Amino acid sequence: MSATEPGAPPLLDVVDLAASYGHIAALKPTSIHVQEGELVTVLGPNGAGKTTLLRAITRLINSKGRVMFKGKNVTSLRTHQLAERGIIMVQEGRGLFGDMSVRENLLLGAYSLGHAGAEVDGRLGRVFQLFPLLRERFNQLASQMSGGEQQMLAVGRALMAGPKLLMLDEPSLGLAPRVATEIIETLGELNRGGLGILLIEQKAPLALKLARRVYVLSSGYLRAELAADEIGSHHDLARYYLN
Amino acid sequence: MRSDRIMISRATILTRLRAASPLAVAGAAAFVLLFGAVFASGGYLVTVLEFAAIYCIFCIGLNFFMGYTGQASFGQNAFAAIGGYGTAILCVNYGWEPIPALIVSMAVSGIAALVVGYPTLRLRGHYLAMATFALGLITYDTSVQWTSLTQGYMGYSGIAPLGIGSFVIDSERMKLVTLIVLVLIGLWVSRRLRNSRFGRALRAIAGSENGAAALGIRVRQYKLAAFVVAALYASASGSLFANIVGFISPEVFGLQMVVVTFTMLYLGGVGTVVGPAIGAVIVQLLPELFRGVGRFQESAYAIVLLLMLIFLPKGIFSLDRLRWPLRAEG
Repeated sequence: MSATEPGAPPLLDVVDLAASYGHIAALKPTSIHVQEGELVTVLGPNGAGKTTLLRAITRLINSKGRVMFKGKNVTSLRTHQLAERGIIMVQEGRGLFGDMSVRENLLLGAYSLGHAGAEVDGRLGRVFQLFPLLRERFNQLASQMSGGEQQMLAVGRALMAGPKLLMLDEPSLGLAPRVATEIIETLGELNRGGLGILLIEQKAPLALKLARRVYVLSSGYLRAELAADEIGSHHDLARYYLN
Repeated sequence: MRSDRIMISRATILTRLRAASPLAVAGAAAFVLLFGAVFASGGYLVTVLEFAAIYCIFCIGLNFFMGYTGQASFGQNAFAAIGGYGTAILCVNYGWEPIPALIVSMAVSGIAALVVGYPTLRLRGHYLAMATFALGLITYDTSVQWTSLTQGYMGYSGIAPLGIGSFVIDSERMKLVTLIVLVLIGLWVSRRLRNSRFGRALRAIAGSENGAAALGIRVRQYKLAAFVVAALYASASGSLFANIVGFISPEVFGLQMVVVTFTMLYLGGVGTVVGPAIGAVIVQLLPELFRGVGRFQESAYAIVLLLMLIFLPKGIFSLDRLRWPLRAEG
């Protein structure tokens, strides 16, 4: 993990971010931050507002509050502009383009690079090192891959974008335990390489393997900010969920 | 060196032929035979195929917006009207050559698409469809009411046939050959663009606008670009209609055109490269096949269309994709 310089602003600083779907307030004013090279997880039950938090940060839904990235206010930027600055999200359900091949999906990840062929090739090489299977499946349609392979592709595509902050919405969803563990371990490897990660998860044991800090969301409220080692069992979490 | 190239190209052609599905080969052979037979016999069917080719160009363009980008537009007939009237006015009133008239009309259509598309494409789904529908209606109404420019229901006649200088394409067979060449160019451009960075961005938008934006794709700009490309194709088809037929009136670019081109697009295979062109040819030829059933011609045509849409909901081109799902279309 890369050390954060003293006094340096957080990689991501979310201040009083709130979002609604019509009259339903899905996310009450919430403040979280992620330091450079840190892996932070947001835990919470179904309907806690975790996905809404990510969608609000990336401006996929309208929100109130402030989002700072590397000390700069990016609240007014649009989704594609945030992606250009390195805030990349792997959406719940992977968000792959099923009728496109693995190759096309990966190239779309590197979209903001334009026609810089050498750089694209370099990033492809790094993704293949991490997920050799994607090289074998290069010309296969994304929709014809298994859930685990699709998740690898989703993470690989996000890495093609050269993220400075990678945000993942329940990457273990619908995966066999072994595959989910592999994916989480890969995220740990990326984090050790210095990549800041904000991980949304329902499966606490998986997320707690990696995270140092944990935010707990429930019913749209931020219930707690804890060090990962403060959470000993599901019962500890349930206490916050039920608050 | 040259013989090497010939050997390589022969090998490539053989490889591609082996990789092609029997259905695609049979389909291509049927089309070649059909065109050959019609071309040799001449007469009315040549004119039918000319219309089919003009609609092909329109549909290939519409496919950029509706197929690759996954948007809805009921108003592309407006740009065909701009192309048709632009060519008619420039050729008849100002004595322009057809090709400069076509190019200027396309430029006007492109600018009109930019101006109209910028505010309209902020809408999504049904709202976008209704807004574009209004655009088509406004254009139709304008072509009827602005008589000093369009000559109203009278329309324009005596529009110069295609040609350059003293070379005039005036025989029906030559018109058909010219149109087929233009369709092939249109398909080639469509295929190139579909598989380019631009095309991937369009198809990502069709998959998920939010997903595309999250990857850094400027969704609004790309939708606008696809709308403009579709307008350019539509304009070219309008201009070609004017030059090939020699006459235009508001009815040519009315609601009928919207319905027919939708049918062509979905029947052939929306989002595929070749599908819209296949759809255009089939929709133009089907009624001719049923001439023998007399007054039930329209009903027979409609029943066959319905059956095709029920059993091939992804279009005729999906027949090929059932067997070769990974091969690039074309």
